[in-house]
Amino acid sequence: MTISVEELQKWDEKIRGLVERFGLKCYPQEFDICDHNEMIGYMAYAGMPARYSHWSFGKNYERQKTLYDYGVSGLPYEMVINSCPCIAYLMRDNSLLLQILTIAHVYGHNDFFANNFTFTSGLDARYTLEMFKNHGVRIDKYIEDPSIGLEQVERVLDCAHAISLQGSHNLAIRKRSPEEQRLYKWESAQQPPDPWAEIHPKREYKPPDLNKVPLEPEENLLGFIAQYNPYLPEWKRDILRMVEEEAKYFVPQIETKIMNEGWASYWHHKILSALELEQGLHMEFMVRHNQVIRPTPGGLNPYHLGFVIWNDIEKRWNEGKTGREFSDDKPRLDVSTLSENERPGRKKIFEVREVDRDTSFLRRFLTVDIMRELDLFQHEKRGKDRVVTKIADQENWKEIKETLIKNVGVGAIPVIKIEDADYGKNRTLYLKHYHDGRDLQLEYAEQTLRHIGALWEREVALETILNGKKSLLKLVDDELKLEKL
Amino acid sequence: MSSIFRPYTPSSQRSDRSARDRLRHREKIKQSIRNNIADILAEESIIGRDRDKIIKIPIRSIKEYRFVYGENTPGVAQGNGEQKPGDVVGPADPGDANVGQGGGDQPGVDAFETEISLEELINIMFDDLELPELEKKSLRRVLSDDARKRKGKRHAGIRPRLDKRSTAKNRVRRKLAVIGARGLNFDEEDARFPFHDDDLRYHHVVPTTKEASNAVVLCIMDTSGSMGTVKKYLARSFYFLLYQFVRQKYQNVEVVFIAHHTEAKEVSEEEFFHKVESGGTYISAGYKKALEIIEARYHPSLWNIYAFHCSDGDNFYSDNERAVQAANELCQVCNLFGYGEIKPAGSAYYSGSMLDVFAQISQENFQMCVIEKKEDLWPAFKSFLSKDRSNTPGTGPQTVSEGASSATP
Repeated sequence: MTISVEELQKWDEKIRGLVERFGLKCYPQEFDICDHNEMIGYMAYAGMPARYSHWSFGKNYERQKTLYDYGVSGLPYEMVINSCPCIAYLMRDNSLLLQILTIAHVYGHNDFFANNFTFTSGLDARYTLEMFKNHGVRIDKYIEDPSIGLEQVERVLDCAHAISLQGSHNLAIRKRSPEEQRLYKWESAQQPPDPWAEIHPKREYKPPDLNKVPLEPEENLLGFIAQYNPYLPEWKRDILRMVEEEAKYFVPQIETKIMNEGWASYWHHKILSALELEQGLHMEFMVRHNQVIRPTPGGLNPYHLGFVIWNDIEKRWNEGKTGREFSDDKPRLDVSTLSENERPGRKKIFEVREVDRDTSFLRRFLTVDIMRELDLFQHEKRGKDRVVTKIADQENWKEIKETLIKNVGVGAIPVIKIEDADYGKNRTLYLKHYHDGRDLQLEYAEQTLRHIGALWEREVALETILNGKKSLLKLVDDELKLEKL
Repeated sequence: MSSIFRPYTPSSQRSDRSARDRLRHREKIKQSIRNNIADILAEESIIGRDRDKIIKIPIRSIKEYRFVYGENTPGVAQGNGEQKPGDVVGPADPGDANVGQGGGDQPGVDAFETEISLEELINIMFDDLELPELEKKSLRRVLSDDARKRKGKRHAGIRPRLDKRSTAKNRVRRKLAVIGARGLNFDEEDARFPFHDDDLRYHHVVPTTKEASNAVVLCIMDTSGSMGTVKKYLARSFYFLLYQFVRQKYQNVEVVFIAHHTEAKEVSEEEFFHKVESGGTYISAGYKKALEIIEARYHPSLWNIYAFHCSDGDNFYSDNERAVQAANELCQVCNLFGYGEIKPAGSAYYSGSMLDVFAQISQENFQMCVIEKKEDLWPAFKSFLSKDRSNTPGTGPQTVSEGASSATP
C-alpha cells in the first residue's frame, strides 16, 4: 500500500510546525517520491538527478543492485542531497511511519547542511544541482567530440578520480594567495633583529627561493596539475577542474558523517516523540528508531555514536557538568523553569552543530564514559587476523580516542602534498606523504602514482615511510622503483 | 521554510540513465578478463569442473585506485562488553579497517566480485583468439546415418510402416465403387467387405542428410614414472581447454584418453589422470594406439580429429624414428595434432627432449609447445590453434599456402 501525497503533505505540515518550534533553520525542502529501482540509481550517482557519465557509476549501480537483490543489504529509507533547495527521495513502498520518520530525519540533515561550517564554507548550495548537471553536459560534449572520444575522456576521469579527494583537509581554512605566500616566505627568511648583533658572529643570509613551484607544499593535487602542467590540452584541464569542484561537494559529507547522522537521528527522535503518534505508529517508531541507531558490534554505527554524543552534550550542559565550565561556586541553573529552547543544553548543541566537524566533535565531546558505554576497542592486524589490542580502560582510552579521531572524516585519506614540481631539474613531480604511523597500501599507491603520472606527463616520485624506513617510490618507464632514503 | 512534494512517476516514463554506464562497466570487465585470461585459466578452480554445468567464476571487480592506508592501520570498533585484548575480531583483510566509519566516499578495498558463467568465460576466451576463419574451415557437413524422413507412399513395404489411414481410405473408396457399379447394399445384406492387398499403403522412408559435425579429442599422455602430479595437472589443464574449444565448434564431441608408457591403452578419464604407471617411454606406442582407434571408430571423413600429446620428452632413443613416422601419419588424419612438452620449473636438464626430434615434422597442422608453468598454458594453446588445418583430412600433406586454403568451403 502506498501512501498518498496528500497524506504525506498533511504529516509534513505537522512536522514542519515542530521543526520551526524547535528552531531548526532549514533550506526549502523538496521531496521526490521514487521506487526502489530509482533509489538504487540515485545511490549510484550520489543522489544527483544529473551527473556526468562514467563506468564507475555503473559499477556502483551493479553492486548496490546485487546486494539488494540478494538481500545482503537493504536500501536506505531516504537519501538527501545537500543543496538549496534541499532534495530528498522517499521510497513509495515504505510504510506510513517510515515516511514520517524519514521526513523528520531529512529536516535534521537539511538544518545541518544549512548551518554547519564545513558545508557553508564550501560550495554555494544554491548552484549544486546546476553544477553537476553542467558537468554532465560538458563531459558529454567531450565524449562526442570526434577528436577526443569516450576512451580518452574516460582515461582522464579515471586518473582524476584517483586523486579527487587529495585536496584541502579543511575547506574552511582559506588558502594563502600566491602574493601572500611569497611575502610570507620572504619574511620568514629574514633574520630577526638582534640587539646583540655587535658581539654575535654575523650569520649568513640565505635569500629564499621565491621562484620555487610550489612555494609552500601543496595539498590540492588536481588543481595544481591543472595549473602547472603546461602541456595539458584545455579539455583535460577542464575535466580536472570539474572533478576538483565536485570533490568539494563530497568532502563536507565525509567530514561530518557522525555528527550529521547523529544530528538527524536526534531530531527525528525529538520530532516523532512530540508528534504524539497513536499507539500502533508509536510502537513502530520505537522499533524503527532502534534499528537505525542500534550498535553494530565489530563495527561502528555513525548513527549510534552521533546520537549518543548529541544527547550526552545536551544532558551535561543542562546539568552543568561541563568540565572546565563547571565549578561549584557558580550557581547551578534550574533548567526546569526554562523553556526547552532556552535551556543551556539545547543552546550548546546548536552551537556545536555549527562550528564542529567529526574530528573536533569527537575530540571535544567523546568522553571516557561514552567510550565505556559503547565498549570501544582498538583492533590491529596480527598475522592473518584483526586482533583486539586495547580496550577503553584507564590506561588506554585516550589512545583509542586518538585512533578513532585519526580514522574519521578526511582522516582516512592520507595527507599527500606536492613538495616540488621540478625535482631533479627535470620536471619530476615530487610528492611527500605526511606519515602519521599508518603506511600506505602499496598496490594502491603504485596505481595511483601511475594515474598521477598520466596527468603530469612526466616522472612522479612519492616520499613515504614503509615499515619504518623512509622510502622513495618512483615510476620510471612505467616500472615502480623503491629507493631507500 | 516551505516544502514541495513531487509525486511518483513510473520508471517506464523515465529514461534509465545508468544503462550507459552499466554497459560500459560490463565492457570493462570483459576487457579485464581478456587481459588476464592466462591468470584466470591458471586458477585451479576452473579446470576440471563438471563441464556441462554452468558455473559461476568469481572475477575481481575493476578497482578504482586511490591513496589508502595499508594493513598496519589500527581501527576502532564497538564491542559487546566482553572484548579482551587478544581476542580475534575478524580477518585481517584491509577492507575491514574501514568498517564502521561509514563514509560514503571512502576508498575501501574492493572485496566485491563479479560473477561470470563458465560459458561466458569460454566465449570471451575464444573471442580473444581472433581466428575468424576457424569455424568455417573446420565445420564439416556429414551424412548422419540415423536421420530419416517419410517421403510419399508405396504399395509395398514392411508391416511397421503400414499407413493405416490411407489404407482404410482406399478400402472405403473401393467399396463405394463396388456399390455404384453393382448396386449392392452391403449394410442390408450383411455381407463382409474385407481389405484387399491393393488397399494397403506403406510409408516410404528415405535416409536424409543431416548436417552434423562430429569431433573427437584424442588425449594422449605419457604415464611413465617420470610424469609427476604437477606435470599431469598441466597436461590436464591443456586438455580441458582443448575440450572446451572443440565443444564450442562441434555438436557432437567425444573424448578418448590414451595412456602410454612402453605400451599404450585406452583408459577412462579417472585412470588417465590419477593412475601412475612406471617404466620407460615409447611415444610411438601411444601414436599407434591413436591411429588404431581412429581407424576403428573415427573415420576422418566423418570426424574432425584433434589429437594432443603431453609428455616430458623422455623417450627411449631407439623409438624416436618410429615416433616421428607415427606423428606424420597422425597429422594426415587429424585436423590438428600437437605435442606439448611439459617441463615444470625445477625439473632438471637431465631429461631428454623430443622438441629437436619432432622439429623434422613439416606438416602444417603439427604444433609443438613447451609448458613450464601454469601461465604458459594460454599462449601455448593459442599457438596450437593457430595451426588448425584448413583442408579436409586425408588429402595428404599440406602444400598450399594459407591464402589459398581459406577458399575451401
